[in-house]
Formats: sequence, C-alpha cells, structure tokens
Amino acid sequence: MRCFGKIAAACFLLLVVTNGSQAQTPGTPKASHYSLQNGLELVVIPDHRAPVVTHMVWYRVGGADETAGKSGIAHFLEHLMFKGTEKHPNGEFSNTVTHIGGQENAFTTSDYTAFYQRVPRDKLALMMELEADRMTNLKLTDAVVLSERDVVLEEQNMRVANNPNAKLAEQIDAALYLNSPYGRPVIGWRGEIEKLNREDAIAFYNRFYTPNNATVVVAGDVEPADVFALAQKYYGPVKPRVVIKPRVRPQEPEQIAARTVTLADPRVEQPSLRRAYLAPSSRLAKKGEDQALEVLAHVLGGDSTSMLYRDLVLQKNLAVSVGTYYNDSVLDMGSFSVYGAPRPGVTLPQMEAEIDAVLAKVVANGVEAKDLERSKARLIAESIYARDSQMTQARWYGTALSTGETVDDVENWASRVRAVTGTAVRDAARAWLDKRRSVTGYLIKTAKPPEEKRS
Amino acid sequence: MRMIWLKLFAPRTAAKSSPRATPPQAASWRMTGLSVAAVVVAFLAQASAAQAVNIKSVKSPAGITFWMVQDASVPLVALQFSFEGGSAQDPDGKPGTANMAASLLDEGAGDLSSEAFHERLADKSIEMQFQVSHNYLRGTIRTLKENQDEAFHLLQLSLNAPRFDAPDVARIRGQLMSLLNRESTSPNYIARRTWWAAAYAGHPYANPTYGTLKSAPTITVDDLRAYVKAIFARDHLKIGIVGDIDPETAGKYVDEVFAKLPVEADLRSIPEAAPKGMGRRIVVPLDVPQAVVNFGGNGIPRHDPDFYAGYILNDILGGSSFSARLNREVRVKRGLAYGIYSSLVWLKGTALLFGTTATRADRTKETLDVTADVMKTLAADGPTQAELDESKSYLKGSYALGLDTSTKIAAQLVQIQLDNLGIDYIEKRGALIDAVTLDDTKRVAKRLLNGGMLTVVVGKPQGVASSQ
Repeated sequence: MRCFGKIAAACFLLLVVTNGSQAQTPGTPKASHYSLQNGLELVVIPDHRAPVVTHMVWYRVGGADETAGKSGIAHFLEHLMFKGTEKHPNGEFSNTVTHIGGQENAFTTSDYTAFYQRVPRDKLALMMELEADRMTNLKLTDAVVLSERDVVLEEQNMRVANNPNAKLAEQIDAALYLNSPYGRPVIGWRGEIEKLNREDAIAFYNRFYTPNNATVVVAGDVEPADVFALAQKYYGPVKPRVVIKPRVRPQEPEQIAARTVTLADPRVEQPSLRRAYLAPSSRLAKKGEDQALEVLAHVLGGDSTSMLYRDLVLQKNLAVSVGTYYNDSVLDMGSFSVYGAPRPGVTLPQMEAEIDAVLAKVVANGVEAKDLERSKARLIAESIYARDSQMTQARWYGTALSTGETVDDVENWASRVRAVTGTAVRDAARAWLDKRRSVTGYLIKTAKPPEEKRS
Repeated sequence: MRMIWLKLFAPRTAAKSSPRATPPQAASWRMTGLSVAAVVVAFLAQASAAQAVNIKSVKSPAGITFWMVQDASVPLVALQFSFEGGSAQDPDGKPGTANMAASLLDEGAGDLSSEAFHERLADKSIEMQFQVSHNYLRGTIRTLKENQDEAFHLLQLSLNAPRFDAPDVARIRGQLMSLLNRESTSPNYIARRTWWAAAYAGHPYANPTYGTLKSAPTITVDDLRAYVKAIFARDHLKIGIVGDIDPETAGKYVDEVFAKLPVEADLRSIPEAAPKGMGRRIVVPLDVPQAVVNFGGNGIPRHDPDFYAGYILNDILGGSSFSARLNREVRVKRGLAYGIYSSLVWLKGTALLFGTTATRADRTKETLDVTADVMKTLAADGPTQAELDESKSYLKGSYALGLDTSTKIAAQLVQIQLDNLGIDYIEKRGALIDAVTLDDTKRVAKRLLNGGMLTVVVGKPQGVASSQ
C-alpha cells in the first residue's frame, strides 16, 4: 500500500488492507538458497552493518487454506504457537527472547504464517533450536486456548469491529472473490472465531506445520555456509510428518458483473470510496505484467505527482486524497485498488466519475513518458532504500517464496521494472481495469445507529 | 485484505519510519495513536550497538554542530533535524498552527510551486517529511547518494523560503480537516484528546497538535509565517546525518540548509505542570463494541536521578515483553485485551507515565480493576529481583534493534542531543541501567504508582461511570 502525503488522512481507507505491493523490490545483495533433506528451504541474506540477525520461519499456510466454517484458525494457531512444548513450556520461548534483548512477533496472511525474532547474532542457534522444537511439538490445553481466543476476539474488535473502514474492507473482499477463499477475512468471521477450539487448532497444526512446508529466512551479520550448517543441525532432524499437497484452491470464475457494496455507519465523518479490481498476482501474471501493473499503480496514484492526485486533488479540487494499491504478493488472484475521499461538498458519485475518466484516459492513451520514467525510477530506488532494513529484506524473500515465486524473481525485480514500456503499462490497464471484474465500496454516514448484533 | 499483518503483539516504539520504506503493519495503528500525544520514549539503546554506530560530532564551516555516522554500505544518505518549538508554541486559540506550517513546507518553496517542488522530489526519489510534536518540529530526508545535491537544495528551499500560496494552504487545510473529521469519531483519538485536555487543562499541552475543526479554519498565512519566523533558528537546532557521506561534504550541506537561518528562535516559555485529575475517571460514550482506555499519571523527568529506575519499572509494569505484569494479568491470564502497554513520556516542564489498552465492553470494569491492582501491588512490594534482572537484560540487549535503519539512527542521534545525554551515551547506557538496584525500583514504584491515575474510557463500558 502506498500512503503518501504528510497527512495521515491520505491513507486511512486502507489501514487494515496493508500489503507489501512493494514487497518485491530488493536490489543487489544476493541471497543464498538451500534445501534440506527434510524439505525445509533456507534463504540467507548477509547484512553486516550491525551485529544482529533476523530469523524468520515462514509456513506456506494461511487463511485461504482453512476449511470452510473454520475461518480464523490459521491466525488463531499463530497465537497459540507461543504456548509452549513439552521441552520448552509456555512462556519459555518468549522469556528467552526477552532475556537476550531480542524482539519477536508473528503475522498471518491468506497465504502464509510467519514467526520471527531479531536477536544478537550469537543467539541464532538458540532461536533455531526453539523454532525447530515448536515446528512439530506444540502442546495445548483447553484453558490456554480459550483464554487466547478471547485475546483474538479483542484483536478482531480492535482491528475490525471498532473501525468502519476495516468493516468495509472485509465486505469488499467478500464481494470481490466469488469463489476464492480470499473472500474470507484472515482474522476470521467473528461468529466462527468464537467457536474455534483446541481440536481445530491441533488438526490445522498437524496438517501444515512440518519442515517440508516451511522456509527459514535469515538476514544479518552471518555467513551463508555457517547458517546452513546451523540449519542442518537444528532443523535437519525434524521429521516431515505429512505430505504437502499442491495448494490448489477454488479459483475465480469469469467475472461478468460489476458489484457495489455500501457500508453505512453513524461514525463516518469522512466518506470514501475504494474500488478493487481482480488482478493477477506475481505468480499468475504474464512475464513483466506484474511489474507493468506496479508501474501503473504508481503512475496513477503512487504519490502527489501521480495522475489521480494531479487531476482530482490539485486541478479539479474534488478530493482530499486519492491513491492506488496493487496487491501482487499472493498465490492466487490478487487485486488492483483505487481509493479516494471527496472534499466537503463533493459527492462520492462525482468523485467516482472523475476517477473513471482518468482511468479511461489511461486505458485509451496509456501514460505519459515523463510519468513512466519517474515511477520506474522511484520503484527502482525503493530497492536500494530497502537494503537499509534487514526486516524488509527478509520479508521480501519470505513473501516471495511463500507465494510461488523464486529468489531469482526477487533479485531480478528491479531490472524487470526497468524494462517496463509505456505499451506494457497501457496493455496492463486495458487488460485489468475492467469494471466487470470489480467491486466498488462506499463508506457513508447513516443518520441513526444500526443495531449492533453481537453474539 | 490479504496481508493483514496480524501481529501477535505490537511493538512499543513510536519511532516514525518512512511510509514506504517499511511494509505497512496493522500495528501502526497504535503508533499513530501515541505519536500525536507526545514523544513517547521507549527506545532503544544498547552496548553492542556501540561497535556498529560510530558517532562523530562535527562542526560545519559556519559553526553549526551536527552528529553523524558515516556508513558506505548502502548508497544513501538520511538526515533528521529538529527545531525547538512544536505545537506548544501555537498561538492562543489557534492550535494546529505549527502542524499546518510543517505540512506546507514541501508545498512550494522559493521559485518552485507546490507541483514543481513535488516533481523535483519525485524525479530524484527523494523522501522528505516534517513532523510536529508538543515541543519540536522535526524534519527528515532520505536520498540516494547520487541525488544528495538536489535533496539538500530542496530542503534548503523548504526551510528558508516556504511559499504558503493560498491554493496550497486551502488544500492542506482541507486535508487536515478531513483527518480531524474522521478522527472525531475514532475512539482512540477521542480517548487521547480527552485525556490530554483534562490532564493539562489551561496548559498548552491540552491543545491537540493537529488543531481542531474550529481552529483549523482560522489559521492564516500570517500565522504560518510568524511561526516559521519565530521557530526556524539555529540556537536549538539538532542534526543527525547517517549514510554514505563524509564529514566535510555533510558540513557543506548543513551550511547550505541551515546557515542562513536566524541565530536565535523566539520561543515562549512552557510552564511547569503536573498532570491533573489523579484518581479521576472520565467515561465518554461512543457506540463501539470495544472500549478504549487511556490512563496516565506522574512520570519521571529525563535527568532525574531515578530516571533509569523508572525506565526499568515501566518496562516491568507495561513494557512490550510478554512477561510484563500488565500483559501477564490482563492479556495472558484473562484474555481481556489484545494488548496493554505503558510508556514513559517526558516533555518540557512535565513527565508522564502513560498507558493504553482496549477491552470488551462487558468486562471493562474487570480490566480497570486488574490494572489498578497490578499497579497497587507493584507500588507496595516493588518488582522481584528476577524481574529486575530480566528487564535490565532486555533493555540493554534490545537497543541495537532500534538502530536498524539509517533513518532510525539519524533520529536517535537527534534524540540523544535533545535529551542532552552526551555523545558517548550509547556506550554509557548499559552501565546506567546496571547501576539500578532493587531498592531504587521499589522507591520509584511508590513514587510513580501511588498517586493514582487519570483514566479515560471511550465506548459503552458496562458498570463503569465517570468519577471525580
């Protein structure tokens, strides 16, 4: 997601809809890629600027791999992974990380679940030992599971239920994906989260948490060969416990009808709109098409020199903010979004008509050479800026390898951006800015509060 | 959508990073909440970082002192600077002036219109941001080394010749009011505003940094110019530079940007003030399923002899580690909230211990009771030796992790100067933490936690009412 402008308002529409559309930009530092006998993959990215290391374990499982009716179990299990094993009981892992002055966290998306620690470099072996242990030895009690379920319900309250923008985002996704499990929120539908239990968590764990379904990414002040040796020592002995089948999920049928959803809430003081088009992920895109869409997103709405901002905010004074967002970091069909918030006195339809006019212009005529070059330069620069952050680098590789891409795809990203032509951008716009494959979401104010139904 | 970064628990630092450099995280929510309130400190420092961060203090040809770290491993340059004089300098009745001025610094300067200025930045992929807190206006740039000439030139224009053209002022005012409109029904914003307005009634800190829907339309171009004229000066200027740049080149750029500014700022003094309303509870009704809670009381000034004891005590009470007492009792044991945190905050003339959580409406009372019990017990008995040892170990060890990007290091160079901690602070810091004894933390626990808190609850909490 690209939030720009100095004012947070420019970003608000997609607060929850975060994504690393730029999550594919690394530049020069070459990663080493290994596979262990048990199927575990390992990526090592040397970064010697500080004596620290980032250690991440990425499981190729996410919300889209859930059984229908059990939405939220992937994310819930992510929480429960901190609840201990026989060898390292509840709390020990976290306390160890604290004790050595490290940081840890985890995150879940539709396609992957990842756990990480940032620690002094000499603690890498210890982190590997602990992660390898919880890969297959998790122990859960009902008491721990039920209490943590309450925590997740509060997380859902905080991220979604308390926030009209986030509620709309869920509805847009549900309408955009007619058949793909991407229509389900990663955190789950509240009524289903409330029923998840220990058996669900363990069943899910047993299906997906195994070395042959994981990628370990290590970035930091380390040498690849040393890390490989450590990985063999700690992860090597973990036995694969299940055969992982290809991730074949229900795909989108041909979409033939533009959809709209409207969320009305008494708390909406700034109306807004977001349109999401189905668009190919990097895995599904034709060669170069994903980079063309990335450039298109930047030219249209990447910053305050973009076409939409110039037209709607600067020239016609219709909007206070506009932007775009291309989500290609998924396994199945991704999305291309355009969003905006009208200035007072302008209606959503008025603003939408102007957005449509700008999009139509690009579809008809393509983009200007100057805009093309500026956006390409900016995207390529991001690959250099990215090298300034160990976490960002580790995330790029982890995301790519968990969504069907390769190390080469990551490392060739900048050169592929460089190769994008004006024709390719225009063709991408023609192919994917098709309203029949879109949902337009409106956030508006209601006069009286709706009944909050909470079970 | 797809990549909701569902965090297990949110990081506690409120350090602001470039929106584009880091993949966005849902946790930024919390940070947004806090960053408006104040400089929240929870940072960062550590012994092993000392090896990696070799800080030099440099004097430019024109005599401006700046700190820098030269590091050629990535071809980029990051700079942060601060002027003293944030929103606490807003004219009476016009809160939001400083913030609006800062928002307009890259909207046209010198001969360049707003559009031209942004094109110049974009053509060279230069990132430029300005940010206002209660006490400071901070600016940050990040540029590829090959574009540093242009980056410093544009920064020079923005600070020495901002235009404040009428259409640009109108547009930015509109964006700010859009933000304020949106925040006017956000439980987090309402909680924060209510807390600060009550705790600092009659003091500049009561005023919102972003201004209000009432004040924003009244701020004139003259107000913006007057703010810039009063604040942009060299006497309280702090600068940190990090990246692929040598001291001589950096000094040349520092002079280009800052040497022509007036020598002295014209600052009004900030009265000393302790937060008011200790023991008081304010409930603001709002139709949301989850109640948002802010609580705060007396903190500990940065140069207080017991500062490090307070720093450790806060970590034990409400730091980000899983074993922090509030987290243990509220989240882990009872599942009452996704997170509960406290931080030390220090501003000119005041210091706070400030905490936040968000909890289900039907168990808000329980959350408040548990939180109060945790503080009461900690005040009575102090922490255990094991907690003290663990906290020291964490606070020492984790410092380096906060220094993982050039922009963050530049920000830290500025913060160390603002706090007047000395250029050897990073090396000293471990010993300062180690020197804290269990008795120190017991003493400071009574000092910080015995006075009660001002608590604000926004939502529809059951069985919880306002009190005096």
